Amino acid sequence: MPSEVLPLIIKALIVIGAVMTMAGYAVLMERKIAGWIQGRPGPNRTQIPILGSIPVIGTFLTRLGVFQPAADGLKFLFKEDALPGHVNKFYYVLAPMIAFVPAMATMTVLPFGQYTGADGVTVPIVLANLDIGILFILAVSSLGVYGIILGGWAANSKYPFLGGIRASAQMISYELAMALSILPVFMWFGGTLNLHAVVQGQYQVWTIFAQPVSALIFLVALFAETNRLPFDMPESETDLVAGYNTEYGAFKFGLFFVAEYTHIIIGSGVFVALFLGGWTLPFVPIPDGIAGAIISIGIFLAKVFALVFFFMWIRWTLPRFRYDQVMNLGWKKLLPLAIANLVVYAIIIALIENLG
Amino acid sequence: MLTDYLPVLIQIGLAVFFAVAILGFSHLMGQRARTNSLKDSAYECGMLPEGRAGARFSVKFYLVAMLFIIFDIEVVFLIPWVLVYRDFLSQNLPILFPVLFFILVLVVGLIYELKKGVLEWDK
Repeated sequence: MPSEVLPLIIKALIVIGAVMTMAGYAVLMERKIAGWIQGRPGPNRTQIPILGSIPVIGTFLTRLGVFQPAADGLKFLFKEDALPGHVNKFYYVLAPMIAFVPAMATMTVLPFGQYTGADGVTVPIVLANLDIGILFILAVSSLGVYGIILGGWAANSKYPFLGGIRASAQMISYELAMALSILPVFMWFGGTLNLHAVVQGQYQVWTIFAQPVSALIFLVALFAETNRLPFDMPESETDLVAGYNTEYGAFKFGLFFVAEYTHIIIGSGVFVALFLGGWTLPFVPIPDGIAGAIISIGIFLAKVFALVFFFMWIRWTLPRFRYDQVMNLGWKKLLPLAIANLVVYAIIIALIENLG
Repeated sequence: MLTDYLPVLIQIGLAVFFAVAILGFSHLMGQRARTNSLKDSAYECGMLPEGRAGARFSVKFYLVAMLFIIFDIEVVFLIPWVLVYRDFLSQNLPILFPVLFFILVLVVGLIYELKKGVLEWDK
């Protein structure tokens, strides 16, 4: 049945291309925001020969650093693809791929817009509208930790090894709080794990207002899962050089990098879908047809990038935690809080159902 | 039913393809430099590497991994409960207190492990 498979492949290619471009520009955004917060211009020199020399626009785009991601990508490509003698070669090459593939696979079930056809049926714009939605995201995104552990171990060097060990313990610890924090959301919307159903339930009230504690726990856990400051134990430049990717270079490092930023974007997307109303705005109906599809995708992306901005704002504001503080926060504070949160909402829902 | 998962398979396939293609292309395009013995040794801030890389590390990491498995299974057990919770309530089936008991057992376990000092990293 190639006639059915071909559109699916094209859609998947579009989404992968879009997300990889967004990951590239998220790096630029990160550097620009870092510059802005620290009172310096950030990348503003990179030029493309013809495009950059257009009088006003070219200068403006150059100042904005728009061509920087292209330069970064080319540099990754033309650097020496080093394969040092001391590494475990097979796993050393395999690890970046293992980090990259789950990051790309996670987005399959994340709906990022809606389309209302002429028959009035609203369908989500998503690659695979699975009923297990969030379960798939939790399961697949946590596979990314294998890439980091394997990278740290295969490099056969002390700093990457320590980074990999730390990454594994940190990510599995926060996964618990993360999974527990979103259970009340799905309980609230009545027995579905489908993200589209959750977004549709938020037309009036966003979940972040109904369940602020769940949102807070999920957000903190998301920072830890994506290894962002203040939780970037696996990398922690100041004590582990560059953590698990110390021995990596060229595009093998690039794949880790793209995977990290993809995780941030997809994680923000999940947060937006679960807690910030997805592609809906309160009291604003989304029109039918193609226009509605474009508007809903636009709203979704705007929210996602607002959250990505928040990620970067935090990174350039807070210092790094110590490792024992990270583990204490995960096990002694977030996990009990998530369990208490779950129990409280179970009782609240029981009261609502019995009274109403 | 299973065809719903076809996009997932396609996505994973494409991701693997991209990963292999990027690495292969990078290998083809990348510059070459001669190797030497220093380049083939682990990076330790410029010092000669000393000792084994996979050194012994704290037993705490193993404990965290074991605890994770216990609590992750708990989460997996709770997911079906979340799915049927409202249905059970609307049919007046007892579900709240049994699940609260289940969670209580796990909380007791969590308190026990914390009291035992499993997660005291600074000791």
